[in-house]
Amino acid sequence: MATLNRGATVALAVEAEGLQKNYRGHQALRGVDLAVPEGSVLALLGPNGAGKTTTTRILATLCSLDGGRAVVAGHDVVREPQQVRRQIGVTGQYAALDDLLTGRENLRLVGRLLHLSRRQAARRAEDLLQQMGLVEAADRPTGTYSGGMRRRLDLAGSLVGDPPVLFLDEPTTGLDPTSRLTLWDMVRRQVRSGMSVLLTTQYLEEAEQLADRVVVIDHGQVVAEGTPEDLTRAVGGDWIEVSFTSTDDLYAALAVVSRAADGLATVREDRCSLTVAVPPGLGTVAAVSTALSRSGLQVDQFVLRRPSLDDVFVQLTGRERGGPS
Amino acid sequence: MTVAQSTASYRRSRSSAVAAGRARPTAGVLRDGLALGGRSLRRLRRSPGKLIGITMNPVVTMITVGYLFAGALVLRGASPYPEYILAGAVVQVGLASLGPTAIGTSTDVQSGIIDRLLTLPISRMGMLVGHTLSDLAAAVAGVVVVVLVGVGLGWRTHADGASTALGFALAVLFIYAMVWVGVAIGLLSKNLETIESVSSLVLVVFSFLSNAFVSVDGLPVWIQPFAAANPVSTVITACRLLWGNPIGTASAVPVPYAVPLGVASALMILVLAVAASRAALRRMVQR
Repeated sequence: MATLNRGATVALAVEAEGLQKNYRGHQALRGVDLAVPEGSVLALLGPNGAGKTTTTRILATLCSLDGGRAVVAGHDVVREPQQVRRQIGVTGQYAALDDLLTGRENLRLVGRLLHLSRRQAARRAEDLLQQMGLVEAADRPTGTYSGGMRRRLDLAGSLVGDPPVLFLDEPTTGLDPTSRLTLWDMVRRQVRSGMSVLLTTQYLEEAEQLADRVVVIDHGQVVAEGTPEDLTRAVGGDWIEVSFTSTDDLYAALAVVSRAADGLATVREDRCSLTVAVPPGLGTVAAVSTALSRSGLQVDQFVLRRPSLDDVFVQLTGRERGGPS
Repeated sequence: MTVAQSTASYRRSRSSAVAAGRARPTAGVLRDGLALGGRSLRRLRRSPGKLIGITMNPVVTMITVGYLFAGALVLRGASPYPEYILAGAVVQVGLASLGPTAIGTSTDVQSGIIDRLLTLPISRMGMLVGHTLSDLAAAVAGVVVVVLVGVGLGWRTHADGASTALGFALAVLFIYAMVWVGVAIGLLSKNLETIESVSSLVLVVFSFLSNAFVSVDGLPVWIQPFAAANPVSTVITACRLLWGNPIGTASAVPVPYAVPLGVASALMILVLAVAASRAALRRMVQR
């Protein structure tokens, strides 16, 4: 967190030091450090089982911690959980809605539980229904909502108290692309109004789209931290990605490409492709393409591209995103 | 930057109705309980199926043994029979509401609603109380139906108004205790099928291995100690005494102590179930 230390005046909405959590002998978190400067978005990126949800639950006072400490909105999560709860909004992986209640009733209930007056709660519910584009569906039981509508209403539920700190645990997992774009838009709007956000995601694109900084975790440990640009730069220069029509060709090409590029190519079986880092200049690109065309293997696509966070992830964890963890 | 420094430099940048919050002691339990009670009453109105389950079990049992089998059953000390079984059926409402409450609670845990509630600055106790209020309301409605059917079959009270009311108050106390047992089970078990089979077992075992429908000495000898010790029997005997109804040839407990013991059993179950629910909720946060 060196870059944060330099700006000593930066106020932190969330700061965690050495978070540890054990589940029956299994170490879910082994000393996670992270910081969310006020008014910024931090993405916690990692595969399933990396410890993203556990971290969020600890910070949101839903789970005890076995080591380390965490301060959210100026309050220690262990010693002052109730003060923390006054300052946070939480949207979990599953929409926390009462299916038999209407959208409006769900939001009003949260307002009442935040001790707004009946009128304040009603007004806040109307505001949020408007913001989330749910006015027309407001009087329908939420059980009838689509996945995207449910997530939007759930997000609205976490915003009722106008909290300065928002936790979003995989907010768009399982959503269709349009709903995802809409939800991103909603989140950006909150960020513009000054909210600090900790977002967990398995989608690198989501981190690139929303986050100012990214913390990559794997097996309960931070494996990298920085801006999305920092991380992609860390992986180095451009990449060649070559895809094939059959996995036989894919594996046959592994040796060919690695030899031509003078570096080990990485197999991306999900895309039936190989990636390999290339130094600046066209020499290696030419060498790889020549070697491939001589090999007689069926090349589907040959692409030269900037590294994505996907590549960062493969580089850092030594395996594909979403792979066994 | 250390945590301490960041705490000091953290400024609350947003004016928030919640941030302006106040310290609230026990008033919060009531307030939050009522807000959540309102929610569960709405649920009940929209999905009245729960009411059918809670009401129909005792009503069907009462009609079966008190009307259909009435000619075939001759029970010593238990006549007129409709007067004997009403207390049993009323108390059975409590046993029947345990399952639906447990399922409702467990569903809230699994759907993530409980997580949402736990991240709000509300009283944990109020959260649980809210859960019990609508189930209690459903059970009271169930009692009304059972009593109406009972009156149709010929049940009458032979005690004064105060004593009769006390009998119903005791029945409702017992029912409320059962609702809390349901909350505890719902928080402790994650599997809806387990909950369903455990709660129907509780319903059958505790109502039939008691003095609800037959006098204890009419049961097989080896079952009798269990039936006599069953707190359900104690509460039923107390209700019968308070309503001036027949108590059967062998009372579950010595008659002079039946009412205080009935109240004590119901209270004890209530206290234990509330404690178990609180502990289960706390354990949930430890995970």
